[in-house]
Amino acid sequence: MTLQSIVTQLGGGMLKTVLLFFSTLIIALPLGLLVSFARMSNAHLFSKKFKPLRLLAQVYISVMRGTPLMLQIMVVYFGPYYLFGIKISSSYQIYAAIIAFAINYAAYFAEIYRGGIESMPKGQYEAAKILGFTKAQTFFRIILPQVMKRILPSITNEVITLVKDTSLAFVIAYAEMFTMAKRIAAKETSMLPFVAAGIFYYVFNLIVAIVMNRIEKKMSYYK
Amino acid sequence: MKMLEAKNLKKSFGDNEVLKNISFDVNKGDVLAIIGPSGSGKSTLLRCITQLEKVDSGEIVICGETLVKNDYDGNALYASKKEKASVARHLGLVFQNFNLFPHFSVMRNITEAQRKVLGRSKEASEEVARKLLKKMGLSDKENAYPCELSGGQQQRVSIARALALSPDILLFDEPTSALDPELTGEILKVIRELASEKMTMIVVTHEMLFAKNVADRVIFMDKGYIIENGTPDEVFNKSTNERTKAFLAKY
Repeated sequence: MTLQSIVTQLGGGMLKTVLLFFSTLIIALPLGLLVSFARMSNAHLFSKKFKPLRLLAQVYISVMRGTPLMLQIMVVYFGPYYLFGIKISSSYQIYAAIIAFAINYAAYFAEIYRGGIESMPKGQYEAAKILGFTKAQTFFRIILPQVMKRILPSITNEVITLVKDTSLAFVIAYAEMFTMAKRIAAKETSMLPFVAAGIFYYVFNLIVAIVMNRIEKKMSYYK
Repeated sequence: MKMLEAKNLKKSFGDNEVLKNISFDVNKGDVLAIIGPSGSGKSTLLRCITQLEKVDSGEIVICGETLVKNDYDGNALYASKKEKASVARHLGLVFQNFNLFPHFSVMRNITEAQRKVLGRSKEASEEVARKLLKKMGLSDKENAYPCELSGGQQQRVSIARALALSPDILLFDEPTSALDPELTGEILKVIRELASEKMTMIVVTHEMLFAKNVADRVIFMDKGYIIENGTPDEVFNKSTNERTKAFLAKY
């Protein structure tokens, strides 16, 4: 079995890995921002100390970070059947994988956003307020762009981890690349598919690192 | 004509009473310098006028519009959100540490609020910005970013940013405290120029010479009280108050 035929066979898996990767980011990046808002919310009920929205976000982040992603993927995939008796089809695999990854990564992103937002000097908000900007204008035009620059290195870390984490989707037999590599390796009793998979992940992450580095450079026009 | 009237302002942070019954007026075209030791409540007073802090009680009227007055129980009763925003439009504030937006060019620092808050066109707001930059001696810096400028230049940009919204009163919160003596001179020169154009200003400062020479009125604050409120001559030369004399003797 040649490397070329392995790569051809892995090709479909690669596409699915890439699909899972981008879908996760597209959902988790904005979702994480919303979760960070909830996490920092001061909205309270009954007493000043009881902040339901904040509590909810804290529990959510705690559970998402405190349990294995692999388990979360299984819960999202098998949960509907075991909890509600809904019959699941194999076409649900991709959705289950994307949902599980998105809600897991949103929790991590939320904490990164929170760190960035809370590190912003108060003076930026005050200057914006004096100039008459609304709260939304202040956040999206003045605060968020600066936060993005500050948190970019942490985001890059998460994105690189995500590339490798996509291999966890094998637990629900979502045919991403690692799942395919395992299948081929078992069928051909060869280590070569794993080598090819390793190279693939490495190259993928190399590209991610280069792209993120470019973005970082683009944002370095100010301090 | 009175541009600002403050009556019986009180403000505490927890148990710490920072403003104890502060009253004063500012007339149109006047430059009011507020001096006093650190912790005397000068900056808090400025922050209460500009709505960065709220007073606990008292009355503030700016350009005839009431920002806050007392309710029947003597607690501060603020105007509606809309009215507060309208009052705020009369004021501009220059901060000690500039607080420019670092991700915007000098030009955009000055045009952004004109466009998004006043709804001015890009061309109109750039025209305003260029005029102000010329006045500040920074015509060649419109494409620079704040991090590329000296402290004095940054502070001049922030003055231009405040002026671009044509405030009726311009307030300065220790505008030179983050600058070395040479750069301090740059900023004081700008304020002096504005004073000669009869811009109404309130300047919290530690620059005694500046207060003496440029201000029309001087307020000396200590421990949350106004100890002196008069012309520079009255405060600097004729004061009989021990606290005032002791403070001024250090300069």
